[in-house]
Amino acid sequence: MKIRKITECLVFLWLLVIVSCNSDETQTVANFDVLVFEDNFDVDGAPDPTKWTFDIGTGEDQNLVRWGNDELQYYTNRTENVKVENGFLLITAIEENFQGSTYTSARLKTQGLFQQKYGRFEARMRLPFGQGMWPAFWMLGDDSDGEEWPQIGEIDIMENTGDNPIEIFGSIHGPEFSGGESISKKIELQNSRVDNEFHVYGIEWGEDYINFYVDDELYNQLTPDDVIDETDGLGEWVFNDRDFYMLINLAVGGNLPGPPDANTVFPQTMLVDYVRVYQ
Amino acid sequence: MIRKFKSYNKTCIPAVLFMFLAISSCERDLSDEAVLATFPTTADVYTDNPVGLTQEFFESFDPAAGANPEGFGTDDNEAFLGTSSIRIDVPSPSNPNGNFVGGIFRDAGEGRDLSGYDALTFWAKASTTATIGDIGFGTDFGTNEFEVARLNIPLGTDWQKYIVPIPDASKLIQERGLFRFSAGAFDVNNTPFDPNDDIGYTFWMDEIRFENLGTIAQPRPSVFGGIDLQQNSFVGSNISVGGLSQVFNLASGQDVTVFLTQAYFDFASSDTSVAIIDNDGEISVIGAGTTLITASVNGVAADGSLQITATGALPIAPVPDLPAENVKSIFSDTYPDETIININPGFGGSTTQTTLLTFDEESVISYSNNNFTGIIFDNTVDASALSFMHIDVYVQETDVEIGIQIRDIGANQEIETNQFTGFPEGDDKDFRIDLTALNVNEWTSFEIPLSGDLASQKDNLGAVIITGGPNFILDNIYFYQE
Repeated sequence: MKIRKITECLVFLWLLVIVSCNSDETQTVANFDVLVFEDNFDVDGAPDPTKWTFDIGTGEDQNLVRWGNDELQYYTNRTENVKVENGFLLITAIEENFQGSTYTSARLKTQGLFQQKYGRFEARMRLPFGQGMWPAFWMLGDDSDGEEWPQIGEIDIMENTGDNPIEIFGSIHGPEFSGGESISKKIELQNSRVDNEFHVYGIEWGEDYINFYVDDELYNQLTPDDVIDETDGLGEWVFNDRDFYMLINLAVGGNLPGPPDANTVFPQTMLVDYVRVYQ
Repeated sequence: MIRKFKSYNKTCIPAVLFMFLAISSCERDLSDEAVLATFPTTADVYTDNPVGLTQEFFESFDPAAGANPEGFGTDDNEAFLGTSSIRIDVPSPSNPNGNFVGGIFRDAGEGRDLSGYDALTFWAKASTTATIGDIGFGTDFGTNEFEVARLNIPLGTDWQKYIVPIPDASKLIQERGLFRFSAGAFDVNNTPFDPNDDIGYTFWMDEIRFENLGTIAQPRPSVFGGIDLQQNSFVGSNISVGGLSQVFNLASGQDVTVFLTQAYFDFASSDTSVAIIDNDGEISVIGAGTTLITASVNGVAADGSLQITATGALPIAPVPDLPAENVKSIFSDTYPDETIININPGFGGSTTQTTLLTFDEESVISYSNNNFTGIIFDNTVDASALSFMHIDVYVQETDVEIGIQIRDIGANQEIETNQFTGFPEGDDKDFRIDLTALNVNEWTSFEIPLSGDLASQKDNLGAVIITGGPNFILDNIYFYQE
């Protein structure tokens, strides 16, 4: 989740690309049906430490200022901000003065605990609502070899801004297509919202493709050709190179959604029913 | 055997219909009991024509209250879809036929089952950027039980879709009030007390229907204006729950507030030996002690509550014995009212909570946490032949002092106050007095002379301003001649 902006132009381009995808009969198709990671959040208390670790603070320890996006929250691992209860992972954004920030929330990741190249990654989630809310379920490439973003790659399985309760988007970032230039597509839910019911957000990721889906609807496929088209040949498909780990967080404010307003409800909780990975 | 079908819920309807088919193949006719007590689910209210509405189609609010029934019509030259729309010509404030237009559409039959919908929707545009006073449903000119209104809806000059969420559709199984609206002149410069810049305009509405959008969420009901109130009361008093509203979030991400009737709420009293509350939100204080009144809509707890601390019965204020012809009364149970009054003027900076306490025999006005408030008269009172104002005051604490300012608002009929000094300006005059030496736990009566600046100008009395206290009860406020 680096700096980004989705332009109408980008979306329009993607419509064209998808049309060309659909006419391509030689797509790679794989089945991911072996469950290799599962958290159903069945044990009350702190999230399972064998599966999840935390990012704490505002990103300074990772040489990021406010997570690179002017986000307003301070991430903690306090029970107030993150806990497992009644079968759900609860991430709660609170309006409070804490360590120089005006909001607190939480960001969990599987870095060093579960990392994998390729597979089906999905989470069943109910998102918050309101101006300034910025929930995400996403992935970063393993950087233990010293490589840096965006060369390590970023796959945003699901992002949403709370001022738009019927739309989510999936994106990829890499060299020449990071931040505001990421390759992204929105999907609008039909007669449904993200904040009053659960939806499954996922990707199917294999060699040279990433498919994005919500529930049982596949809404985008990205391939190296798309990166070439989008970047005039300058970009590089970095998603065949390394293991990726998962992140789940609820940001408040920041460059993409803008700050909360007087109508934004605090505290507010995002629910995760499960996270599963198949290979 | 057939009789029991009546109790089947909605999900069983296909099975029931199936049974009907099976039964109709027999030669016997169905008995009356077999007819399910359900009502049509027709969604459309107006498309190019009224759909299933009464012959009158539009039924105006009362012209005696200023409603202008001439402003309603249809227009075959404007439509969002199809060939026709509803055209509303909003009158200017000076229109002799009434200064606002408003009314209802009613179902021609016994009502509709709207329980499968989550919103009333319509398209609208106006001849100029303007604001409609309210649009909603549930007004049937009968009990108006399930009234809902969205207020101050801004219109543009292009067709736009508008949504009025349904608070709890499961209650609307037989609703006749399908649409309501009212609109007054547009206040160009947003000067509520100056009608001179208000203009009439035209707006159009089309494709009025109930829909199940599936994208209305985050219901946030409120009672008592969303505030946690505290109030001292007395055994025998009755209090109405007010300040009812509910906020929803639409697919656009926009929050929308609707105002709704008590019938959508479930009310609760934490101690039913102190107070009980009925389905209409009427609280009856029945015993000494403390209770908390709360509410919910469709299982969602409402913001706002009322904590009532009740002591024994309130003694009845001394009953006035002046002949009625000597009196012009503002608030009393003895004399006819000279004018309608507003006891909640909503002055900026006021901390006052004002409640009308009603008992079987009388009503009193209870003030809590008063800094300043007032009683505003709808029509001015001509007291040029009268000499005094009577007021009864009840306090439960020592050292309570109350400031009273009797205000004549002059020929221009406007309250004009210097915002820095608080003194009357323009053609306004007042007389001020402090009510002191109040007896605790009993009524103290005051006879206030209409003297000072009022001695020469008291033909347009328009308000009584009340300061200090902060906690007291008033009764029997009237102007009189001995």
